[in-house]
Amino acid sequence: MERRTIFPGTWFPILLVLPQLALTAVFFLWPAGQAIWSSTTRADPFGENTFFVGLENFSDLFSDPLYIDSITRTLVFCAAVALLSMSVALLLAVCADREIRGRGWYRVMLIWPYAVAPAMAAVLWLLLMHPQVGLVGAWLNHSGIAWDYKLNDAQAMGMVIAASAWKQVSYNFIFFLAGLQSIPKAVIEAARMDGAKGWFRFRSVVLPLLMPTVFFLIVVNLVYAAFDTFGTIQALTQGGPGKATETLVVKVYRDGVVNLDIGASSAESVVLMIGVIALTAMQFRFLGKRGEK
Amino acid sequence: MATLILDDIRKSFGKTAVLHGVDLALHSGEMLVIVGASGCGKSTLLRLVAGLEEPTSGRILIDDTDVTNRDPSQRDIAMVFQNYALYPHMSVFDNMAYGLRIRKLSDAEIKRRVDEAAGLLELGHLLDRKPAQLSGGQRQRVAMGRAIVREPKLFLFDEPLSNLDATLRVTMRAEIRRLQRRMGVTSLYVTHDQVEAMTLGDRLLVLHKGVPVQLATPMEVFHRPANTYVAGFIGAPAMNLLAGKLAQGGRAVALEIGETIVFADGPRAGADGMALTIGIRPEHLRLADDGFTLPVDLVEPLGSETVVIGKLESGTLLTIKLAHSHVTDSFLRVRIPPEHLHVFDAGSGLRLEPGAG
Amino acid sequence: MTRRIDWPAHIILSLGVALFVLPIWLVLSGSTLTAAEISRGELSLIPRLSGLGVYASVLRDGSPGAGPVWRMLLVSGAMALTIAVGKIVISILSAYAITFFRFPFRMAAFWTIFITLMLPVEVRIIPTYSVMSDLGLINTFPGMTIPLIASATATLLFRQTFLVVPDELVEAARMDGAGPWRFLKDILIPVSSSNLAALFVILFVYGWNQYLWPLLVATTPELDTIVIGIVKMIGTETATEWNRVMATAVLALLPPVAVVVSMQRWFVRGLTDGEK
Repeated sequence: MERRTIFPGTWFPILLVLPQLALTAVFFLWPAGQAIWSSTTRADPFGENTFFVGLENFSDLFSDPLYIDSITRTLVFCAAVALLSMSVALLLAVCADREIRGRGWYRVMLIWPYAVAPAMAAVLWLLLMHPQVGLVGAWLNHSGIAWDYKLNDAQAMGMVIAASAWKQVSYNFIFFLAGLQSIPKAVIEAARMDGAKGWFRFRSVVLPLLMPTVFFLIVVNLVYAAFDTFGTIQALTQGGPGKATETLVVKVYRDGVVNLDIGASSAESVVLMIGVIALTAMQFRFLGKRGEK
Repeated sequence: MATLILDDIRKSFGKTAVLHGVDLALHSGEMLVIVGASGCGKSTLLRLVAGLEEPTSGRILIDDTDVTNRDPSQRDIAMVFQNYALYPHMSVFDNMAYGLRIRKLSDAEIKRRVDEAAGLLELGHLLDRKPAQLSGGQRQRVAMGRAIVREPKLFLFDEPLSNLDATLRVTMRAEIRRLQRRMGVTSLYVTHDQVEAMTLGDRLLVLHKGVPVQLATPMEVFHRPANTYVAGFIGAPAMNLLAGKLAQGGRAVALEIGETIVFADGPRAGADGMALTIGIRPEHLRLADDGFTLPVDLVEPLGSETVVIGKLESGTLLTIKLAHSHVTDSFLRVRIPPEHLHVFDAGSGLRLEPGAG
Repeated sequence: MTRRIDWPAHIILSLGVALFVLPIWLVLSGSTLTAAEISRGELSLIPRLSGLGVYASVLRDGSPGAGPVWRMLLVSGAMALTIAVGKIVISILSAYAITFFRFPFRMAAFWTIFITLMLPVEVRIIPTYSVMSDLGLINTFPGMTIPLIASATATLLFRQTFLVVPDELVEAARMDGAGPWRFLKDILIPVSSSNLAALFVILFVYGWNQYLWPLLVATTPELDTIVIGIVKMIGTETATEWNRVMATAVLALLPPVAVVVSMQRWFVRGLTDGEK
């Protein structure tokens, strides 16, 4: 896509684009380059010398069962968050699309949660579900249910999944609603006249037309679950108990900042980079399809 | 108040040649309409005069000054765009004032000019509104107002009426004509609508695939089209074009449909059997008892007149425009009056005048 | 025509709204209790009006583990505003240059900027940190904000908008005598104002909600953002004053929610249109 009408001049636009290019070079390209470089090095036990080890860090990573665990864990986590968050959002969007009173009010009330930070979502859930002082958590324990996500692996995973999905519902809701509203009314009316009712109509007419939005959101949600949930997990469980909630991005932080294993952490970063690039490329393919209605 | 001269203007986009040598000289105060089908290059020609594109070769002179290499803002011209191109975030007043502000006119002078133009165009009560709050016709007038306040040497109109509905088009057409006459500014107007061309232009330039085909007054173009393209383009319903051969030593034409007609205005040069294209306008065909038989294919009653499309055995269609409003017969007896014939060379399409040797 | 009330829709939507409002409400109520009551696990659905004094207290003094809340709110606000404004300015200039001009390496510049989309901060934390360290920007306000200003989302969004600005508008402006700078200032930016508004909301929320990056870069409490402050307050949960934490949480949510709600229309339009 290009513009037909443009302005003449060469130096002026170069000057305009320089700030962003400079920032990109310093804060993206250089660090990315460093990460790639570090991923091929290893430090000796005293941290004094680093030497080139080629792809050893990577082969070590992929032969490390803990890393593989982390990958599986992340995949499960991402799938769960995406599924949960999108289904709730879709249900709400379908309801909000109907001609009911107070539609506008419902929408505002479901849009504001977009403002909640991932870390804040964690804090809120913590304040509610904490085994001793959490308003709901304490009540659970008093009622005889053994609730402590700080000790129980599954409960911890459940918590971070719930908190992460909870935060993302609003974003998905906005897009699903927009997607539903962009389906021409005439199509729905034609379906009604053809006798298609309720769930059947949804499945055979609405859902197929919503698919571009669905695919787009799947990718966005996966990226969100893989990366933006760092704050949520870190604030709630720090990746624990043990490694129960240590997703790939948390692992990068732990290995790099807490354990200071730069080589391994950089290698993990590079793996993540490749993953993001693949996902973002997909996102843009679907983005194009969304625009074609 | 200015003259415009185009000297052998040619334009190519990459390898595609769009204009093939256009020469034009506008008198001061004249409204010249460039008319032609879509893609004939008329908009390109206008944009060259505007300075929005550069010609591949040729010169443009405004008041005898060569402006070919000048930026649009330095040619002292104003343009009315097809889609009005109003600044959506500015009020009507600001839209008209913008160009003047850039040229650093005083606030008082700007106000004077805008108020005057607003008066001329009946926009006085709309000066504070934004374009989104205006109707199509009002927006069009604002676009014209923006051009008027510049008090330019030349007005350029790029199909300004094509986005209006039919009734509005008729009203606005008359307004444009009235305004241009009153202000006396030399104007170049581009359209594909031949009715607009006929009613607005002091002279017409008919463009066909980038080549100027006829430059003449509307009446001249209508009564003496220079080639078959112009003949078929101007006038609605379109002129009937029939194949025929020169006969009787150049004095008549033997039409393919079987009739032979002697020229009323004199013989044409050429050998018998030379291929010709004969034109006859639908309104000139006559009903006559001694005419040939034309089976009726379609009748279109328009109220004031009736258009009948007939189909001959050969499949050739003939369109007749009749003043009668009631046609029920399945065939008509039609005569082609020789005094209304247009004779063209079949190969080149050019008009053949009598006696040319 | 009688309107039948669509009960299922209302019920589901109300449950949805409750899902999000209830936690906030509970936290709000909890903030008005005393720390002791909370430790005992006493719930309350009604905020105690007498307990509202905790807000003033927490703004002034903070809570063990973090400094005064008003300062943290200020830091978060400054950060969010700087990031939002900085990103918008840089992105407009870049998008303008790339769509409205032709210059050598133009597409290379575009793709370079595009790449940044693929590199969220979580993926480049360590090396970016060492770059910051080399530049001496650790524990400084510019250090917290500048690396977050460069990414491409805003640039792409503006590019999309700029690409579809009608040709005639540009030509009319040229004929009026407007040069490229004037065009940008007088016409392009005003015409893109709804995109600008939407982006401001998105970027403000993004900036306010940052966690990982400020965590790394800020090493002294003066530069703690409110989000980081709260997590610090919770700390090891041994001496946490839960009611104060809850009050701070409510305060932390107010500004971004206010921004989203007040600019809600543009925000939704910008978010969904911009992705086309």
